[in-house]
Amino acid sequence: MEILVCVKRVPDTAENEIEINSEGNDIERDDLVYSVNEWDNYAVEEAIQIVDKVGGSVTVATVGDEESEEVLRREMAMGAQNGLLLTDDAFEGADGKGIASILTAAVKKGNYDLILTGAQADDGAAEVGGMMAAMLDVPYASLVNTIEVQDGKLKIGREVEGGNQDMYEVEMPCVLSIQTGINEPRYVGIRGIRKVASVEIPEQGASDLGIDASNVGGDAAKVKRIDYFVPEMGEGAEMLEGSTEEIIEKLVEYLKAKGGLK
Amino acid sequence: MEPLLQSPAAFDVFGIPTVIFSVLIPVVAVALFAYIIAKRLAPIVKARPDYRFDRPVERVKNILKIWLAQWRHPRYMMAGVLHIIIFFGFLILSVRSTELVIKGISEGFVFPGLNTFLGDIYYTLKDYAATAVFFAVVIAAVRRGIFKPERYQYTEAYPHDHTWEALLVLFFIAALMVSESLFEACHVAAQIQAGIQPDFLAPATLGWFFKNLLVDESHAMLQNLHIIAYYTHDIVFFTFLCFLPLGKHFHVITSIFNVFFMRLDKGNIRPVRYGVSEDQLDDLESFGVKKYEDFTWKDVLDFYTCADCGRCADNCPANTVGRPLSPRFISLKARDYAFSHYPLMGEFVSGGALIGDIFSEDEIWSCTTCGACEEECPLGIEYINKIVDLRRGMVDEGNVPQSLQKPLQSLEKRGNPYGMMEKKRADWTKELEDVEVKVLEKGETAETLYFVDSCTSYDDRMQSVAQANARILCAAGIDFGILGKAEKDSGNEIRRFGEEMLFQDIKAHNTEAIQNSGVKRIVTGDPHAYNVLKNEYTGLPPVEHISQVILQAVKSGKIKLSGVTEEEKDKVFVYHDPCYLGRHNKMYEEPRSSIDCIPGIRRVDMLRSRDRSFCCGGGGLMLFYEPTEDERMGVRRVKMAQQAGAHVIVTACPFCLTNIEDGIKVAGLEGKMEAIDLGELIAKHIIK
Repeated sequence: MEILVCVKRVPDTAENEIEINSEGNDIERDDLVYSVNEWDNYAVEEAIQIVDKVGGSVTVATVGDEESEEVLRREMAMGAQNGLLLTDDAFEGADGKGIASILTAAVKKGNYDLILTGAQADDGAAEVGGMMAAMLDVPYASLVNTIEVQDGKLKIGREVEGGNQDMYEVEMPCVLSIQTGINEPRYVGIRGIRKVASVEIPEQGASDLGIDASNVGGDAAKVKRIDYFVPEMGEGAEMLEGSTEEIIEKLVEYLKAKGGLK
Repeated sequence: MEPLLQSPAAFDVFGIPTVIFSVLIPVVAVALFAYIIAKRLAPIVKARPDYRFDRPVERVKNILKIWLAQWRHPRYMMAGVLHIIIFFGFLILSVRSTELVIKGISEGFVFPGLNTFLGDIYYTLKDYAATAVFFAVVIAAVRRGIFKPERYQYTEAYPHDHTWEALLVLFFIAALMVSESLFEACHVAAQIQAGIQPDFLAPATLGWFFKNLLVDESHAMLQNLHIIAYYTHDIVFFTFLCFLPLGKHFHVITSIFNVFFMRLDKGNIRPVRYGVSEDQLDDLESFGVKKYEDFTWKDVLDFYTCADCGRCADNCPANTVGRPLSPRFISLKARDYAFSHYPLMGEFVSGGALIGDIFSEDEIWSCTTCGACEEECPLGIEYINKIVDLRRGMVDEGNVPQSLQKPLQSLEKRGNPYGMMEKKRADWTKELEDVEVKVLEKGETAETLYFVDSCTSYDDRMQSVAQANARILCAAGIDFGILGKAEKDSGNEIRRFGEEMLFQDIKAHNTEAIQNSGVKRIVTGDPHAYNVLKNEYTGLPPVEHISQVILQAVKSGKIKLSGVTEEEKDKVFVYHDPCYLGRHNKMYEEPRSSIDCIPGIRRVDMLRSRDRSFCCGGGGLMLFYEPTEDERMGVRRVKMAQQAGAHVIVTACPFCLTNIEDGIKVAGLEGKMEAIDLGELIAKHIIK
């Protein structure tokens, strides 16, 4: 089975202190460290496990600049066979639809049975997977937390609000967005990254993909960010203060008053 | 003159001269023994290299102390003394037993020298030795069979009870002692009956007792018993010999080698592969131990040597709190694996992966590398290197618990496991108004580097330890500075959790930063940093722990300490030995003496202190690992301090302080007990 996994390089929220820049239109990007979007790691791990079982190969693709190569290498160190860097100055400022268009073009140039994305990105809107499926005119399932390969089809599980589980049968090719918890992504050590350090990663731009740059870049974006801020602390949130005993006492008092404890 | 009793060399049974058996039994047994040993050597030959032939003088010293003088045995007094009796009995009686074997062929045989006065001494000594061994064996059997000390128990983790083996061997030994004595007693009884001067039998020995018992028996009875005793001895002796390499009594043979080859240095981890330098590591196909043949030959010798005495497990904090790890079972499982995959008969089979087959992931991640097992083992068996090598194998396969992946990634990206920004590493100095801490960058220099390390730099609670240490360094008049954002985690746990390449990177970074700073010495308050900088980095100036600095400054009068405060005067203090300061670096006295420098302080020791200290739960990455356990080690430790009558636990390690403070809370002892870092305690008492 040929699997394409779409991945994204994001500022790691666990390892950065996110602050708004002085213009108030983005976050302060000096001193940030980036990593693979957490959901994407699960998607890549799942793809590797599927290929381990039924054969085939895993390709990881990302849209970004030269620096995005690092996330491709990390996923290749996990075990993805191929990397694909979709990069072009014209891609700058693309909105979700733009990114989906670029990835769709890349999918069409290959011969993939299955396309996986993370359910969402740390800094994203969980929109690219669904758009790709529409553009490719293939089935789509989101928030997938189990995949079982059957004869020419997939049996997949989806998480439903309230902790319930849905099971579906999906025809291939299809696009699935992968939820965390579907597996336990393997660890990528320094040694693994070094092993793939010299592997050539092909780059493709707008012309290679045969897409009109003016349709995907910042100018074509119909969705634009107009503001970025840290919300004010809302009313109703109260920080309990004092020693541990005092805090516990107050908490119990509140819980009793509001009917949480009887 | 007709001999009083016919010797085995001259006797015959139904016309068959018994001398045939005297020859046949040793020949067959020695051949069988050689065959078994050859088979047992196979996994050792196939194992990876291990450099253990260096520093022969120290190795011989270990033999004299740990093997011959049985140095570690009395740590368990009852079992230790019994073992010492049996051990020395074996050494003494080995001469006699060999003599007996030859006497079965050549009646008058005596070892050269033993027909002089030396013989008189020796034969008396061996009579008492045999008697002492006999009684030691009886006591041991009662202990093992009836009282069943807890540390010999077998659990679900290793459900193969070996008690039968212990009892069988005790029976062998008792049979040897009895038959040897009986053989001689018959002869002496016959001498007495014939009215000739009997050979000397030391009073109150087994032989003496049997002689008194037999002196009125018929000549035929004595003759038969004489022969039966001889061949009982002969058969048991050689059965025992061939039985040794089949189980835990292999140590009788291997112990002297194992002690000779035991690790000489503490606090370090062996290289990924002996003979492969750090620059060549990238060329290795595989890292660590994944299959049995990835172990080194010393590892296999360790497995063979384990006597299943349970001392390691009894001291292992992971085992004590119910984590799925017992060092003893690591050895036993690995020995069973060698015996079944390298069988005495049939083909050798190469097995698959060890993790998931004989070891579980959680078992291997459960170890805090505290070193209590190695400190205790009377046979010099090692565990930390094997655990680390198994982890290296798992890391190489990407098989790392999710709870550890994030901190490892943060270490790679930010140089600390918390994912905090590099530029905030020196933030603890901001609240330090009375002391100016230099950051050694942009040409700023100092004589001494205070290496803070990640936990003390970033952890809210531990920053107060950094501030206290800075105050101490300042009060001691030491020209010091810190590396600030150029400092990365010291990497002690990165290496011990098997991420060797990340350790190599971080070591190279820190080494360069320290060398560039131009300092003449390094001081740290974190024993993990102290250990790794001192024992595993190269090319650094001398490293000291803050307790050494304190003691020196107090002794030289640079720091004067005030007496106990009103609040402290009714409290009892206890010092908890951090593993990486104590066991791994043998620094037991400096912190204690430092505390004792405070006038009027009352300090006690816990039952488990110094080299028997009980790990608080582990440091560095171990703080992120989520083990399955019945109780936290920290809680257990706090209860030990409470038993010692202490109110304040003083430690000298940020991780110990974290674990112990948590332990106090979890144990519900807040208000009754407290924990404080040595630096904090001393800084509080400095007279300005």
